[in-house]
Amino acid sequence: MSYVWAFAVGGLICAAAQLIAIHFPRLTPGHFLVSLTVIGAVLNGPGWYDAAIELAGAGVLIPVSGFGASITRGVLQETQRLGWEGLFTGTLEFVGLGIAAGVVFSALAALVAVPRG
Amino acid sequence: MAAKRLGQFTVQLSSPRIVGAFTLMGPREGAGPLGRYFDAIVDDYMWGEIQPEKAERKYLEHAARRALERAGLRETDVDYFIAGDLLNQIVSSTYSARSLGVPHLGIFAACATSALGLGLAAMLVDGGFARRVLVATASHYQAVERQYRYPIELNIQRKPTNQWTATGGAAAVVAAEGEGPRITQVTFGRVVDWGVKDANDMGSAMAPAAADTLLRHFSDTGTTPGDYDLILTGDLAKVGSKLFRVLAGRAGVTLGGKHMDGGASIYSPKQQPGAGASGAVCSAAAILGYVLKEMARGRYRKVLALPTGCLHSPTTWQQGESCPGVSHAIVLEGA
Amino acid sequence: MDRDRDAIDGHKEYQRLVKQLAPKPNAAKEAARAFLVGGTLCLIGQFVLDFFRRTQPTEGEAIAATLATMILLGVVLTALGVYDTLGEFGGLGAAVPITGFANTIASAAMDFRREGYVVGMGAKMFLIAGPVIVFGIIAGTLTGLVAWLVSAVSG
Repeated sequence: MSYVWAFAVGGLICAAAQLIAIHFPRLTPGHFLVSLTVIGAVLNGPGWYDAAIELAGAGVLIPVSGFGASITRGVLQETQRLGWEGLFTGTLEFVGLGIAAGVVFSALAALVAVPRG
Repeated sequence: MAAKRLGQFTVQLSSPRIVGAFTLMGPREGAGPLGRYFDAIVDDYMWGEIQPEKAERKYLEHAARRALERAGLRETDVDYFIAGDLLNQIVSSTYSARSLGVPHLGIFAACATSALGLGLAAMLVDGGFARRVLVATASHYQAVERQYRYPIELNIQRKPTNQWTATGGAAAVVAAEGEGPRITQVTFGRVVDWGVKDANDMGSAMAPAAADTLLRHFSDTGTTPGDYDLILTGDLAKVGSKLFRVLAGRAGVTLGGKHMDGGASIYSPKQQPGAGASGAVCSAAAILGYVLKEMARGRYRKVLALPTGCLHSPTTWQQGESCPGVSHAIVLEGA
Repeated sequence: MDRDRDAIDGHKEYQRLVKQLAPKPNAAKEAARAFLVGGTLCLIGQFVLDFFRRTQPTEGEAIAATLATMILLGVVLTALGVYDTLGEFGGLGAAVPITGFANTIASAAMDFRREGYVVGMGAKMFLIAGPVIVFGIIAGTLTGLVAWLVSAVSG
């Protein structure tokens, strides 16, 4: 059942973004990645996004809004632990791995592959 | 008085001819509907290069040298090398000029480069300032895409108005003596900007410029579409062509079946589901490939070619500016 | 000045004409494709997540391992030249999942490597992904600040 949820919820987020994109043709994919990340970060202030991950799993974890939610999750956890320093040290707590993985894998890709178009 | 001027924008010429031309295109263009009109097709569109700017330069330089061969000339036989392309500082043109050793006039009119180059060459020849002038341009999908838009492998969904930059190079020799179709009139156009801001819809941005130059040309020369066998626009593609015909129609000019657009013709709908092709080589290949060969076969006797160019830069687009268009027209007449 | 205003009015009319004649995107088809591609990527993510939930000690580590795996998948598909085709078909269905985020980094790295490793690949790798991190961190910090203040006040 979790697979149906993941497919349906993840698909719905993407389809909704696509419909918005059709209505605002000046927006680039970059605008959507940024907006969704910010939305995910804000929604996780009260912990709502993490609650959604409990329910829909990868359907909300995999879209980049999950990336934004992870930033907030780190900040919340670290401010509880450290105080104000956590506002900054917490940002990369959970997404540092994703960024580092992106950098290392992409550098390897650039070593071996050329753009073909 | 400027004796060769005709009306406000047009000049009348008597002597210049295109005595040699060469179109050298990529595989995608070669497989398209105009493929059989091109002189040579390169199987690998990157032409063995990793860097697309180098590949674009290769297309331009090889097309230029092969055009000289076609005209039976050597580099030292031409007085000027006029070239332009889409890359910053028109590097494909200038770097190609290094090895030619001929005085170089670098030009920029985006995708209208072909007509600007041919028109200037014709005026130099007709004015007696040059015996022979070599004109060339090129564009390359990857080089243009990464400069104007995004990294090549980025997941971007093209819109129905998007055009695909054609890959290839095209060159011609314009001379006072020799065999070939004459360039009899030149109408350089004004920069026209009707406020289209969508960088994914260049055809709509350029259509007003094309219509403006078309109407100027007709009023300067007193001609009508009926005087031409073909009216060829450069790369308005499907969307821009429709707007161009509407704008011409409002001024009382009906183009009917005489109008053809290079951008709408280079790829089949299956090859490019969007609006069509663009790029500096697009109009050059349509004129020097398709039109010249059909003129040689006798199908066309008098052709009005008016390529269009979109004069924006990635920076002006990011700053929210609209896209100014320009269109330069030349009239080709069979011998 | 009148001439300018006339010109602008003329342009407005033209811009309406452009909108009117523009080919209309097939919204239902595009949304369905985005749903299909985005949903499939999330489905793959769910398989990966379930795998790591069995092998990793905590939920946090399972999520981290899942994101890393999906990023690897996005980079590999980009290097194989597949991901841009997926984007052409699926639109934002390919862009929005974390694999699309990985694609923005990998495609920029591959493209700008041609200007060298430092001034090209290194400098421009985050051309598109950079803003995501910038605004994500700003939003996360501000949201965290509010949550922290609220928790401090409510004691």
